[in-house]
Amino acid sequence: MGAQDPYGRIPRIIEKDAVIDGVELPGQWSRMFEQRVIWSHDTEGLDAIRAIPGAESLGNCYQCGKCTAVCPVDIVGDYSPRKIYRQIQIGIDLMDSPDLWLCTTCANCLRVCPKDVNMVEIMPAVRERAIALGKNVPPELAKAFENTLRHGNPMGEPARKRADWVAGAGVPVRILAKDPRPVDVLWWVECYPSYDPRGKQAAQALARLLTALGVDFAILGVEEKCSCDSQRLAGERGLFEMLAEQNIKTLGKYSFQRMLVTDPHALNAFKLHYPKLGATYDVIHYTKLLAPRVQELGLARPLEVKVTFHDPCYLGRHNGEYSAPRTLIQAIPGVEYVEMGRSKENSYCCGGGGGGMWLDSFTADHVTERLSERRVREAVEAGAEILAISCPYEVSRFEDAVKTTGNAGKLIVRDIAELLDAARPAAVN
Amino acid sequence: MRIAVLLKPVPDIVEQLEVAPDGRDLARDELTYRLNEFDDYALEEALRLKAAGAAEVVALALDSDEADSVLYTAIAKGADRAIKVTGAPEDARDPRAGALMFAAALRPLQADLVLAGVQAPDDLEGQTPPLVGAALGLPHASVVTGIELSGTSVTVTQEFSGGLVAKLQGDLPVVLGVQASREPPRYAAVSRVRAAMASGKLETVAVDVPLSAPRVELRRLYKPETTSHAEMLDGATNDAAAKLAGILRERGFGGR
Repeated sequence: MGAQDPYGRIPRIIEKDAVIDGVELPGQWSRMFEQRVIWSHDTEGLDAIRAIPGAESLGNCYQCGKCTAVCPVDIVGDYSPRKIYRQIQIGIDLMDSPDLWLCTTCANCLRVCPKDVNMVEIMPAVRERAIALGKNVPPELAKAFENTLRHGNPMGEPARKRADWVAGAGVPVRILAKDPRPVDVLWWVECYPSYDPRGKQAAQALARLLTALGVDFAILGVEEKCSCDSQRLAGERGLFEMLAEQNIKTLGKYSFQRMLVTDPHALNAFKLHYPKLGATYDVIHYTKLLAPRVQELGLARPLEVKVTFHDPCYLGRHNGEYSAPRTLIQAIPGVEYVEMGRSKENSYCCGGGGGGMWLDSFTADHVTERLSERRVREAVEAGAEILAISCPYEVSRFEDAVKTTGNAGKLIVRDIAELLDAARPAAVN
Repeated sequence: MRIAVLLKPVPDIVEQLEVAPDGRDLARDELTYRLNEFDDYALEEALRLKAAGAAEVVALALDSDEADSVLYTAIAKGADRAIKVTGAPEDARDPRAGALMFAAALRPLQADLVLAGVQAPDDLEGQTPPLVGAALGLPHASVVTGIELSGTSVTVTQEFSGGLVAKLQGDLPVVLGVQASREPPRYAAVSRVRAAMASGKLETVAVDVPLSAPRVELRRLYKPETTSHAEMLDGATNDAAAKLAGILRERGFGGR
């Protein structure tokens, strides 16, 4: 070995040809033949993160950067799993970094990662540890957690008003607490369709569609509490488990064949995470229930309009459903369907997942524009006049973004249930 | 250094409040409870003071169905001890009765600093901190927005109306009514609250408080009643102005 290299590099041995295990190689020796010595950093920070159950796979990263190219947050900011890895390498504590709260768990990085670095598990695990250690939780997120604990919904709306939306549905909606007879389809309405003014309109439209199809359905009403998937992903596993236990107990009181969900986050909870707590349901997203029966709706009122569709992360990438929403939209007479550049498996993210719904102000300080604003501009660029959605997180995010990007009047946001309802022959709206 | 924090669960006003059929209380069966917001600030301030120097934080709450959850949450947030004060007379919601119970539980604790929320939805007058101070014979300050400890003395920032702020200095022990904490109250993970509950680290202290002095008796609880309406003055601007001037003159405003 020669003199110490000023950059700390291991000197290359070039005096002799390479001989490995007695075999002479047709080349010169290089450090590739030696065990790779990591000299630029110590592994302490990474080891600490990898030691957290659920966060082990961060250690798999070999810095290829494929995630950076598809990360929806990096597109409007400076954040990606590869960067997270590198920052930890150079000694930045993820638990004290704002980056801890920027991931929306959209799973696009996981889709392209050759090493199965799973941010959908890593981020919730590290967040959970940070919360347990008493690190600062962004106040707006803490508020959403407390609201969920206290009122069963992240907005802090009165629990007793959860079923008030049914009054405006124009069709009877059976509430199991009042009428506990067995039912075919238990409709899990979820928080935003129960309380958000625009979410309620979509819920009311869906109630009319289910009635038109003669579906035997009922809801839990005030007994329903948030399915809590996004709170879990935001780091509050304890809260998720507590509400899941309560929900499982409530669901156990009633007899139903299938569970219908409005919200892809509830789909994810009931399909993938409630079973881990011992409760298994035959759960279906409303687009999947409606798609095979769309002809029965007798859609007759043409909507002469260009429509595009935003794939929700938790319906698409997380649960593999891409065709049902498109089938429904394309069944509407007069609709010209246009696809955005980023769609299906590579769909962009509205920014609401993984707790992003309750981190809007926090995230805004770390991005050049909101993810929802970027997506709305993509819809306009695709020539769409209507941005169709099938996740209740999106309506408020995209409608706000339409205004803040100056696209008011150019693009409107509609839930697929609302579009179908408007195209029905007897539609009143 | 020992810091005692007085906590009180109060009705959550997100749900609509109803008056009980006897018209003398809220319909309590329908209520959900939460920690009084200002008590949460007091607890946060105590925990910040603990982090800044060595101190033991003791949380206290009067016995009620909701006291356990409030106290375990305090432990989850970092309180060292939590004490449920039992022996409540029938009407411990009366601020004076509550203050005397707190004082009885505080006496053996010998706390250097007693913090409570400046007010509560059912104690808008903010009686608890001064009554506790008086019962213990300790100095008291309310509407406190800043606390600095230095040895055995304390500097308190107190807010006055009109945007005035005072700095008060005194010797410990003192009782303070906290208006705001230096940072927003921290979040306690549900898993930590559950762990605290599983630990069962709740102490119970029974106090016997004779309540011989006169107390306020609540005779009737009711929603605000409309007693008068605003009168809209219609018509052309000049006519409306003339009517308005007439009314003001009639009521004795404006002299000649």
